[in-house]
Amino acid sequence: MKRIYLDHAATTPVDLEVRKAMKPFLSDNFGNASSLHSFGRDAKQALEESRGKIAEKLGAGPDEVVFTSGGTESNNLALKGVAFANRKKGKHIITSKIEHDCVLNSCKWLENEGFEVEYLDVGREGFVNLEVLGNSIRKDTVLVSIIHGNNEVGTIQNLKEIGKICSERDVYFHTDACQSFTKVPLDVGKHNLDLVTINSHKIYGPKGVGALFVRKGTRIIPWQHGGGHEFNKRGGTENIPAIVGFAKATEVTGEKEIQHMTGLRDRLIAGIPGEFPDSWLNGPKENRLCNNANFSFRHIEGESIVLRMDQKGIAVSTGSACSSHSLEPSHVMIAIGLKPEEAHGSVRITVGKENTMEEIEFAIESLREVTDGLRKMSPFVKNV
Amino acid sequence: MYSDKVIDHFNNPRNMGEISDADGIGKVGNKVCGDVMYIYIKVKDDRIADIKFKTMGCAAAIATSSIITELAKGKTLDEAMKITKKDVSDSLEGLPPIKQHCSNLAADGLHKAIEDYRGKR
Repeated sequence: MKRIYLDHAATTPVDLEVRKAMKPFLSDNFGNASSLHSFGRDAKQALEESRGKIAEKLGAGPDEVVFTSGGTESNNLALKGVAFANRKKGKHIITSKIEHDCVLNSCKWLENEGFEVEYLDVGREGFVNLEVLGNSIRKDTVLVSIIHGNNEVGTIQNLKEIGKICSERDVYFHTDACQSFTKVPLDVGKHNLDLVTINSHKIYGPKGVGALFVRKGTRIIPWQHGGGHEFNKRGGTENIPAIVGFAKATEVTGEKEIQHMTGLRDRLIAGIPGEFPDSWLNGPKENRLCNNANFSFRHIEGESIVLRMDQKGIAVSTGSACSSHSLEPSHVMIAIGLKPEEAHGSVRITVGKENTMEEIEFAIESLREVTDGLRKMSPFVKNV
Repeated sequence: MYSDKVIDHFNNPRNMGEISDADGIGKVGNKVCGDVMYIYIKVKDDRIADIKFKTMGCAAAIATSSIITELAKGKTLDEAMKITKKDVSDSLEGLPPIKQHCSNLAADGLHKAIEDYRGKR
């Protein structure tokens, strides 16, 4: 059976060019970047070249990019590192209700440690209200952390305006840009960003590597202590093959790929809500990640849709309930105003550059069969 | 995460549908948690002559609904009342722990359908 992968917000395959770039750094140039000898110097050179590439992509200086093990670690470092380093100034942090779990759970942990966190509401399309954000900033606010492109409903926040507000009020501004990086222009200068989380495996790079942009002069303490690596902000021997792959991956998604993904996404959005009974699009039509579509289907359940699609070889996901971890409906779906029973019936389809229009047509057709079949089983749909 | 038996019943549910002149109907679950199950029974000579279900829910909810129709069909009402959640889960070669509580509703649905029938008489 031919398999079709439509879950690129979860992870992406490693691009062949990325793999090629990584290969010499596994067994041949395997040195430790901290070593003085030629093996170490080769590794150090690869590390700094990679850092330079990634910094350039962000409009940052090379000494402002700290490599980590991924998005989760970068978000933990940004939130906890800034909160603890600035606790004399204040203990108030502002974030939103649609952040990734690693941001929300870092915030909850900080609350237990005596910090105060405000979780901003979002509107039906997932946007943070800028006026409310501005009014929420207090004298003791040290950090605002707002996700750039939402992983479930694809909403792209207005970083420029949020950055302006934060800079005027002299509050650090962090964004989790894991989903948006390379897909949406991001410039730490123009957007007044102090901290940015990015990672590699969402952009056709390897897993296990990410980075945190930390603007020069930002007060932050390390969260993982070690031997002075990464400008004393993150201890641990740098993962050179992964870092080289990460840097190469920033070249993979260009204008052509973005347009291709946008076309596939728009076909899904044109072909599903409205055409299918009792269905709708979650998230905005404008300012939406180029690869994200998210739909709700009334009277049926997301996990059943995902498993039946899987039987047809198509990988999609549900952010909603009944994952192996939790039975709660997705916090993002609830935050955009869905009722729990509506949130349970949501499906996320995230396309990639390697998908074709034929695959999308097949996915729409399959989704039609799957949802029709499940609707027939639902006690809330009368038999015709 | 699911046994082959669960996936089989999820993909090929047995006795799915409504009984328009059912003698008893059991409705369990709630929309908020995501699983709702209706069990319809037809009773003849104190035995379950026919049984059907309609379910909105995850694979576990659908599979438990499907298998309970097989477990209950042909049984006397007293025998059917004795079918437990554990019987359901065992017949499916087990359910993931997190699904035991929320999605293993079928035995409750069956018992409610029988009570509904008995209450009407």
